[in-house]
Amino acid sequence: MSARKRTPTHETPGAGAEAGARGERVEPARAARDLRRRPVPVIFERGAPGRTGYSLPASDVPDVPLDAIVPPAYRRAQPAALPEVSELDVVRHYTALSHRNFSVDEGFYPLGSCTMKYNPKINEDAARQPGFARLHPYAPEELVQGALQLLWELERDMAEITGMDRVTFQPAAGAHGELTALLMISRYFEEKGERRTTVVVPDSAHGTNPASAALAGYKVVEVPSDRRGNIDLEALRAVLTPDVAVLMFTNPNTLGLFEEQITEVARAVHNVGAQLYLDGANCNAILGITRPGDQGFDALHLNLHKTFTTPHGGGGPGAGAVGVKAHLVPYLPVPTVERDGQRFLLDGDRPKSIGKVRAFYGNFGNLVRAYTYLRTMGAAGLREAAEIAVLNANYLLSRLREHYDLPYDRVCKHEFVLSGRRQRDRYRVTTKDMAKRLLDYGFHAPTIYFPLIVEEAIMIEPTETESLQTLDAFAEAMIAIAREAEADPELVRTAPHETPVGRLDEVTAARKPNLRWRPET
Amino acid sequence: MKYIPATAAERARMLEAIGVPDVEALFRDVPGEVRLRRPLDLPPAMADQDLLAHMRRLAERNVDCDRLACFLGAGAYDHFVPSTVPHLALRPEFLTAYTPYQAELMQGELQAIYEYQSMMCELLAMDIANASMYDGASATGEAASMAADLTRRSDVLVSTAVHPEYRQVLRTYTSHLPITIREIPASGGVTPAEAARTMITDATAALIVQSPNFFGCLEDGAALARAAHDRGALLVVAISEPVSLGLVTPPGEYGADIVTGEGQALGNALNFGGPYLGIIATRQEFVRRIPGRLVGRTVDTEGRPGYVLTLQTREQHIRRARATSNICTNESLNALIAAVYLATLGKQGIREVAELCARKAHYARERIAGLRGYRIAFEAPTFNEFVVRCPIPPAEINRRLLEHGILGGLALGRFYPDLADAWLLCVTERRTREEIDRLVDHLEALQ
Amino acid sequence: MYPKDLRYSKEHEWARTEGNRVRVGITKFAADRLSDVVYVELPQVGAEVSFMQPFGVVESVKAVSDLYAPVSGRVAEINRALVEKPELINTDPYGEAWMIVVEPRDLAELDRLMDAAAYAAMVGEATS
Repeated sequence: MSARKRTPTHETPGAGAEAGARGERVEPARAARDLRRRPVPVIFERGAPGRTGYSLPASDVPDVPLDAIVPPAYRRAQPAALPEVSELDVVRHYTALSHRNFSVDEGFYPLGSCTMKYNPKINEDAARQPGFARLHPYAPEELVQGALQLLWELERDMAEITGMDRVTFQPAAGAHGELTALLMISRYFEEKGERRTTVVVPDSAHGTNPASAALAGYKVVEVPSDRRGNIDLEALRAVLTPDVAVLMFTNPNTLGLFEEQITEVARAVHNVGAQLYLDGANCNAILGITRPGDQGFDALHLNLHKTFTTPHGGGGPGAGAVGVKAHLVPYLPVPTVERDGQRFLLDGDRPKSIGKVRAFYGNFGNLVRAYTYLRTMGAAGLREAAEIAVLNANYLLSRLREHYDLPYDRVCKHEFVLSGRRQRDRYRVTTKDMAKRLLDYGFHAPTIYFPLIVEEAIMIEPTETESLQTLDAFAEAMIAIAREAEADPELVRTAPHETPVGRLDEVTAARKPNLRWRPET
Repeated sequence: MKYIPATAAERARMLEAIGVPDVEALFRDVPGEVRLRRPLDLPPAMADQDLLAHMRRLAERNVDCDRLACFLGAGAYDHFVPSTVPHLALRPEFLTAYTPYQAELMQGELQAIYEYQSMMCELLAMDIANASMYDGASATGEAASMAADLTRRSDVLVSTAVHPEYRQVLRTYTSHLPITIREIPASGGVTPAEAARTMITDATAALIVQSPNFFGCLEDGAALARAAHDRGALLVVAISEPVSLGLVTPPGEYGADIVTGEGQALGNALNFGGPYLGIIATRQEFVRRIPGRLVGRTVDTEGRPGYVLTLQTREQHIRRARATSNICTNESLNALIAAVYLATLGKQGIREVAELCARKAHYARERIAGLRGYRIAFEAPTFNEFVVRCPIPPAEINRRLLEHGILGGLALGRFYPDLADAWLLCVTERRTREEIDRLVDHLEALQ
Repeated sequence: MYPKDLRYSKEHEWARTEGNRVRVGITKFAADRLSDVVYVELPQVGAEVSFMQPFGVVESVKAVSDLYAPVSGRVAEINRALVEKPELINTDPYGEAWMIVVEPRDLAELDRLMDAAAYAAMVGEATS
């Protein structure tokens, strides 16, 4: 291979020629080495005027002047300035972008509260069948019996797993589920002639809880946690007045700890006539072990893109199943899926329903994946998943406890929260610095600076699908970084060093937002 | 269990390292009274080959659009999806990634979404588009609170020519907020600008219309924008069929202040209604009030271009109860699908596919208009959907057409009791002249 | 760090009396704690502000803080330069980065604020 030969300078950018496009000479060996570190031009900068990459049939209907179809006054003056690229340009572009991404398929992703477990391949095969993927939502009921059966069975399974009476799959994500449930609870109280104005959340709650409460028209009151990481029961009782509609509660909570006094919490909430809502983001720890319905929860959401393995797609789509006890069933969004003998049907005639929270029935594609996962696992498999998720988390905790501060020293559930306070105070190395350094070791970082009640928080969730070798390799990296923070703090402060780009200027991004490409930029 | 790699020996080693005798000891904090003392009552686990066969049987109990000539639209469209879309957008590197919280490791996703935002702005002729919402209906619900917040007004007017399910969601979303929803009845298939003018008051935050609207008709956007703006209200335009924008005037050109939409038509599968793609776009000056994630372009420590999530103080994880929305997880993958679709079609292709839809729909419309007993309900110009008044109940027509492998249009009586004889037909570029002729022949034979 | 001629609120605003008007900004301590300020939202000229009620918002990349009026009255001026250059709040919090000028209803309200020594003592406690 004539690796020393210089390649010519190219006029237009293309694969392997981005540096050339800026007039630099490219050295092949270096070009290959730097492939992943070289900026990928914006797709608008690829291609050339007039270049195309699509295939459409010629019109087979009689030619009519366009003006007779859509009058000029209704037509756009300028064509949309979309990219002008070949099919191979498109392929190279998105392939290059995919190489600059980090996924569960590539490596360990210990993002606390996100349950980044393996997304089974068989789920994809199931969901991409034309019988599901090419099904129109308004096709008549007799054409969608398989889809309705799947929804009906999945509802029954999720109700069994959570101890709830019915489940809706309409919400598109967890936060959407929170809003749905809060609106149902509002209807329930209206029906009873009670006007309740307040939602209570612990100080460790996900930000979506207060945001959803506000969107549902509630005032939000925060309750502190106690020194064991439980909710402060006395403080809770103090805010529980007849004005309170709901306590939104995460269990296991965002510290990864099971609420030891859950029955007292439920009793206190119900004593003032309020409802107990579970943010089910952390349900991976309790599958088959304890059911929210048996703990006293009246309503909950599950994140199917966490516990039930539907892929998160780089930010979504998710699916937010909402389960409720019998007294809230009349308020479920329409339509519900019902069974009449061998026939499944959509019931839109539910006069007390809150209505709809989105068009159609939910993120059905994700529901097929979750259903496939349940059928793979069965009851024993789900319980084993929860047990090993908890075992893995406690094992990692045992390996890291000497090296980082541990604000709440208890048996954890599926995740645990460390603090980088020691490193910050002694070596001026922050949790953010250490998270960025982890990227150099080939791991995604844990969730950081959450929950808000832990300074310099590092929230680690390994999940059950990771092997002991992976857990050990991650532990070694975390321990090495703790040592680096002491021996060479600058190395950590300036991390990452091995990623396609270095630390990015978020301040300028926020001061002078550049949110779209324009030819002159 | 193939998804749980820990062997018995490894489990024992981990327990020893933790210092507990068994896994049960790790659950001692779960009070006995709430423990489940029996196995979950779930169907048995299946081996992959049996499970795939089971899933195939379930899927085959459905009749999908590969097995029918689809003339059904109404918010979910059967467009051709180029092979680039599944092969690129569904690459596992994109599919199995989380939200790009660690930007340095997620430049691919972030750049792709930045490009999606840019393409959406071009298509809609708007300044700013976000990284995605749940779907068109919920995005429209969020637009109402955004408009109320921006104008500090509480009255929202919505045309009855807006998708009925979007209006239903709009009502649910605003049911406990200080916002009242009033409807403007459509007339002749469109939203009458003069009626809008009389209904809009100084308390009106927004006028919400859709174009092409639920009846397939193109609205007079400029007249509606004037009616709203003259009283200081915002014009919100919902788009359920974005492929139309290859040909028809984009909302930014006639003065829309907020555009919401359903991006399913842009390369996303029908999926029995989801996951789809919520679009929201607005003017530059409203950027700090837009809900959801935004990707911005910046530079790294060495001056190389890079991308980050930005203006995050609007969002729930920072502003909590005062956030612009509660949205966290969005529909990024569907946005990526739309981006690959739009890149593949490109500047010429989007125009061409839109024109094909319009031509074929026009042909179908003209042919059906010529049938005895059928008439086109509205004279307003349409894109790829139109309403037909029928001599026999549309549901009955659909039943008969199914016998011939044709998925007929939507019987509008379901949403509009006064349109019991009305039938909403959709013709995309996928429908051939032969299929259209077959539809017309069957309609003729039905009489 | 804390100029002697200013009055300070417990929410970290400063107030400077200029004849019968009061100039308002945030302290160096608050600016440092926010780190790089990226955005400021100020009221309109003519708006009424009330003693220790929010009149605006200041944001960094990862935090949002309300701004509290150290005195009640009518907003006579706002510092439009901050919209373009919010970084002034970090570099010159007591000078160029003033936020609003208020025509106060009751100058005596300023007596309820802290002097420099008291404020320094308060933030000293907060940081230790």
